[in-house]
Amino acid sequence: MSIKRKRSWLAGSVAALAALSLAACSGGSSGSDDDSTSGGGSGDLIKVGFSQLGAESGWRTANTDSVKAAFTKENGFDLTFVDAQQKQENQIKAIRDFIDQGVDVIAFSPVVETGWDQVLQEAKDAEIPVILVDRTVKTTVDDPFATYIGSDFEKEGDTAAQWVKTNSPDAKIFELQGTLGASAQVDREKAFDAVMGDNIIGKASGNFTRAEGKAATEAALQAYPDMTMIFSHNDDMALGAIEAIEAAGKTPGKDIQIVSIDGVKDGLQALHDKKINYVVECNPVYGDQIADLAKKIVAGDTVEKKTIVTDQAFDQTITQDTIDARKY
Amino acid sequence: MTGTITGADGRTRFQTTVARVTGHQLFWPVVALVVLLLACGIVSPGFLDVTVRDGHLFGQPVDILRQSATPLLLAIGMCLVIATGGIDLSVGAVMAISLAVSLTYIAESGTGSNLSTALTGLFLGLVVALAIGVFNGFLVTVLGIQPFIATLILMIAGRGIAMLVTKGQITTVTSPPFKSIGSGFVLGIPTPVIIAGGVFVLVALLVRRTALGMLLESIGINREASRLAGVKSRNITWFVYILCGLLAGLAGIVYGAPTMAADSNNIGLMKELDAIMVVVLGGTKLDGGKFSLAGTIVGALILTTLERAVVIFHLPTQVTPLFKALVLIVVCVAGSERLRGKLKIRRTSRPVVAAEVAA
Repeated sequence: MSIKRKRSWLAGSVAALAALSLAACSGGSSGSDDDSTSGGGSGDLIKVGFSQLGAESGWRTANTDSVKAAFTKENGFDLTFVDAQQKQENQIKAIRDFIDQGVDVIAFSPVVETGWDQVLQEAKDAEIPVILVDRTVKTTVDDPFATYIGSDFEKEGDTAAQWVKTNSPDAKIFELQGTLGASAQVDREKAFDAVMGDNIIGKASGNFTRAEGKAATEAALQAYPDMTMIFSHNDDMALGAIEAIEAAGKTPGKDIQIVSIDGVKDGLQALHDKKINYVVECNPVYGDQIADLAKKIVAGDTVEKKTIVTDQAFDQTITQDTIDARKY
Repeated sequence: MTGTITGADGRTRFQTTVARVTGHQLFWPVVALVVLLLACGIVSPGFLDVTVRDGHLFGQPVDILRQSATPLLLAIGMCLVIATGGIDLSVGAVMAISLAVSLTYIAESGTGSNLSTALTGLFLGLVVALAIGVFNGFLVTVLGIQPFIATLILMIAGRGIAMLVTKGQITTVTSPPFKSIGSGFVLGIPTPVIIAGGVFVLVALLVRRTALGMLLESIGINREASRLAGVKSRNITWFVYILCGLLAGLAGIVYGAPTMAADSNNIGLMKELDAIMVVVLGGTKLDGGKFSLAGTIVGALILTTLERAVVIFHLPTQVTPLFKALVLIVVCVAGSERLRGKLKIRRTSRPVVAAEVAA
């Protein structure tokens, strides 16, 4: 996983050609990848160190952009942002740097769940509060972080299921699964099946990609001729399914309804074009919510241990303006 | 005169023919393919139907052919590389890079609906793939790096390059002419099938109508001896890596064109192993030497049909890899010459195939 997600375009496009074959191997020195927005008198700004796990998907990039947009000087922050390029050692190094710099708050999206004991203890000893973003950790450290903020995949699956239950209770559903074992697949499927399990006539994995979503749907149209709905674990697979349905001479959204999760721009456009019936958002834009939490923590206010990001859901009444406002 | 001979020992002749057919390296793969297709047809009536809809062919067999185009393109190049005793692990990453280059160009140009833009995008993607082939071939032939290691470099780093091109995003564009490369039709036949078929015919002519095929095999069997015999083994080996890279780029474009999304993380992921499997299924041995181009077609069809059969048979997703593994094991075991030699009687291997139908 870590190999394919690697990216080092920040290293500079000038060096790209020279470093052609080694571009993605050069992650080792990535501590230098600081994208510091600091510079000059920090005064009473809140110093924040943010370690992002990488930039493996459009979702993550949108998440990063929203963090950078929220932690600005105007909002009272001095942000040091470090991209860990999918490597835990980079994140640990970045967090140690944050501790040395004496930041007020450390926020990070842990690339893996375990192995954080020592560095979290160090942060705790330095009395720097930690905010976990998007993913959580398993650690033996007592009270290791101040708060966690992220999405709830199960809730997304449940929201989708409730819409189906209300709007097409008799649907015969084919479920397009994400990559098996990914938390987004496991949790969305669990919650959806808990409500609509009896209506599911078949499942196949499209590995979260358009091409495989399309192939799986082509076969499913043959294997389950009485299917009336597809529930897709992400928008990309739903977009692939649309192609397969159209190729088979049926109308997506009408002959075969589509319910999807993610809310990326292309998915919402398809929703607006009446090819998808319902989209549950998996919202990456919660930088401002992280910023609010950081402010409260520094001010000494108590915050909830866990904040679930509000995910919206859209039906076909979505407006073009909403879609155009999407950056991802 | 010939007639009398046939009459006299027709039975023996029949037996020799049977022995020759069943002993052919492609016999068991073809049996597996036919059995798979028939099983799908039985489980899901109408599976084998091909109809004409909106002036082009439509049906599951057509879908299978269309989807086989990508693994076939990869396998043709891989087959020649393997014939020289080498391997190219970078093809999956090359798919991602080519598609990223093509789609990024089209996206930047902003005139995706123009045919010329789409063609330029296609051309640029192929040029980059070609350049990568040259690079791989250079490492292998000039610097003498082992093919496994030389191509591993780009297998690992290639996705980084594709990400660099797409700036880490999934680049999506709208370009009907480019899209038609993957999902269009020419004379009612899906374009990818035409492309893969055309490439196959060209390559087959090239290696079988000229001495190239024989030279490739001689290099694969004994590189040094071939060189001493006057075969320009360096140039020929370099050429097959270039061809393999080029075809991988084409495969990436054909694969990614229908969805118009350059997803650098996922396009072509693990496809290098699919390509190797297709080559091996087609009866080409990994240690180089003799190769079977026709086998790649059978191998590609088996691979695609298998993936489809999983859904047709209503198998739970969790057992998909197991099912694939079982069928592939059966094909390989049935095709094993050593095993057949030991069993002597052909009959004994029949139940193995029957078990596959049940699976």
